[in-house]
Amino acid sequence: MYRYDEFDAAFVASRVDQFRDQVARRISGELTEEQFRPHRLMNGLYLQLHAYMLRVAVPYGTLNSQQLRKLAEIARTYDRGYGHFTTRQNLQYNWPALKDTPDILAELAGVEMHAIQTSGNCIRNVTADHFAGVAADEIADPRPYAEILRQWSSNHPEFSFLPRKFKIAVNGGPHDRAAIQAHDIGLQIVKDASGAIGFIVYVGGGLGRTPFVAKKVRDFLPERDMLAYCDAILRVYNLEGRRDNKYKARIKILLHEKGLEGLRDAVETEFAANDKTGLALPEAEIARIRGYFAPPDLPTRALESPRVQRRLGKDAKFNAFVQSNVTPHRVPGYAIITVSLKPIGGVPGDASADQMDAVADLAEDYSHDELRVSHEQNLILPYVALDDLPAVYDRLASVELATPNAGLISDIIACPGLDYCALATARSIPIAQQLSERFGDGARAKGIGPLKIKISGCINACGHHHVGHIGILGLERAGEETYQITLGGSGDETASIGQITGPGFSSEKVIDAIETVVETYMSQRSGPQEAFLQTFRRVGMAPFKEALYERSAGSDI
Amino acid sequence: MITANRLGDGVVVFQDPTGVWTEDFHHAAVLSDEAAKAAALARAKQSEKDNEVIDPYWIELETRGGHYLPKALREAIRASGPTVRRDLGKQAEGLAPGVVQRASLEASHVSL
Repeated sequence: MYRYDEFDAAFVASRVDQFRDQVARRISGELTEEQFRPHRLMNGLYLQLHAYMLRVAVPYGTLNSQQLRKLAEIARTYDRGYGHFTTRQNLQYNWPALKDTPDILAELAGVEMHAIQTSGNCIRNVTADHFAGVAADEIADPRPYAEILRQWSSNHPEFSFLPRKFKIAVNGGPHDRAAIQAHDIGLQIVKDASGAIGFIVYVGGGLGRTPFVAKKVRDFLPERDMLAYCDAILRVYNLEGRRDNKYKARIKILLHEKGLEGLRDAVETEFAANDKTGLALPEAEIARIRGYFAPPDLPTRALESPRVQRRLGKDAKFNAFVQSNVTPHRVPGYAIITVSLKPIGGVPGDASADQMDAVADLAEDYSHDELRVSHEQNLILPYVALDDLPAVYDRLASVELATPNAGLISDIIACPGLDYCALATARSIPIAQQLSERFGDGARAKGIGPLKIKISGCINACGHHHVGHIGILGLERAGEETYQITLGGSGDETASIGQITGPGFSSEKVIDAIETVVETYMSQRSGPQEAFLQTFRRVGMAPFKEALYERSAGSDI
Repeated sequence: MITANRLGDGVVVFQDPTGVWTEDFHHAAVLSDEAAKAAALARAKQSEKDNEVIDPYWIELETRGGHYLPKALREAIRASGPTVRRDLGKQAEGLAPGVVQRASLEASHVSL
């Protein structure tokens, strides 16, 4: 993985020093909150309902054991013994004191981490496929490109005060695991007829109050032009994006107002004019960065593991875990393990300091010291030998991290919602908890098959509800929490925005309503092989609507 | 009642009858008329200028079972802690409102 050079280390250390000074001046009263707020936000520090919240960047979701142990140590020393992994592959602490945050950032800098640009109207942490470098179907590892983008966008003088935040995601295989079409810029790695690497470029995706699936602006952007083209997009956005209304300030609105051709013409004109700015990527530099992400030397192993086969034959729980949480690896004899942070009845994305330490130990012992954070709020062990699966499973089970539900109905994305967030209008975590208890991780969940439920506690859509197969949006109406349901959303390569079923449901009725949706799917599907999304796209909204509002007790709003 | 977040650690605080900030909801001043509310808010704004707290504001209360409670769910959660982690926040320290939340919140963490 990437290691800081002298420039990176000096830059991050200087930012810690700057922030230490800013915090001291804020506490002394030299800076007002209005003056201080932009500084704290540019360092990932928010003020939430109960306390400050610090959002730590995990660039493109890749961590080593030492870094995860440091996150655990910070959770114990400065917070309440846990952290929350987010839908942007970051980690949030919910209880840090302002006066401690410079020390926390210094601790992070010691393991080459920071919280820079995890908030504010700048280019945010660049995200990537969490199976990067190990997916069997991968065209190329997206992380070298994400790292190049990170270096270019960090403290970029021209793009530090954009009209609004700006999110970039890179995906390396034909199956989109990074939800790139829900980002301001989505880069899909492809190869042309000659085998050269390039990108399909998507622009203007985004969720929030005005959701849009991104539009394709380039079918093939040569690798060397990646920065110059992103620079051109950012320049057009920076100049033309609306600063008069924060709700219309994202590039998706500019795209909507200018139209695809209008935006594409502006970007291409800027790109052509911009051709001499030195942003063309030298092959040697790409190769140098790629070198940091070179796969470990994996000894050749047998395609099948007798040890795994023996355990599968006698242990139903292990069997269920392997079926749902183990993904084929590009190297035969190895596996990718998804460590579910969705225990039944638990808080999606939360991990205790002890659990973080346990996963760090497992990464060190069995996964070449590397792990990933997924945008679906799980952790990944990317390099596990098949023979080691039973041992890894047993150790995960000992710290309650072996929930066999990756990709199933109880693997729910949920934002912190009104339990923590100052912007939320309703709670989302309790809905996720009740749903996971309703459907579980056993035979029922397995019978339902792949189904993504995503829950947001307000219209800002941090829980990605618009692209959930089933989306739930928590709102407040007349002092009560109410939940709007959307169906048919998707964040993959067939991206779509979910359709609203109709009137919302009270907190007492929304769980039954989701069960009605699931039962309708089960009755409508052509067979177990037809997943929820396929069935919805085939039969449409009508049978679900009928079941929700005509046959059952229905909405009470 | 007047509430804010304390500058140094972000903790939720309430203004007591002497104008001092307290972490304990039970010690907070209940403002029964507009004049009292205006005076308390003015004190709170001065405290904000003095860099003691951030963003003070008035919250509406209701009474239930003889106890004062924040009327809005958001404020009930601020005054108590996350409903999904009863071991955290004011509720874990005995500082939450007497009857912590409205009926729909009284059961275990998974109940709404």
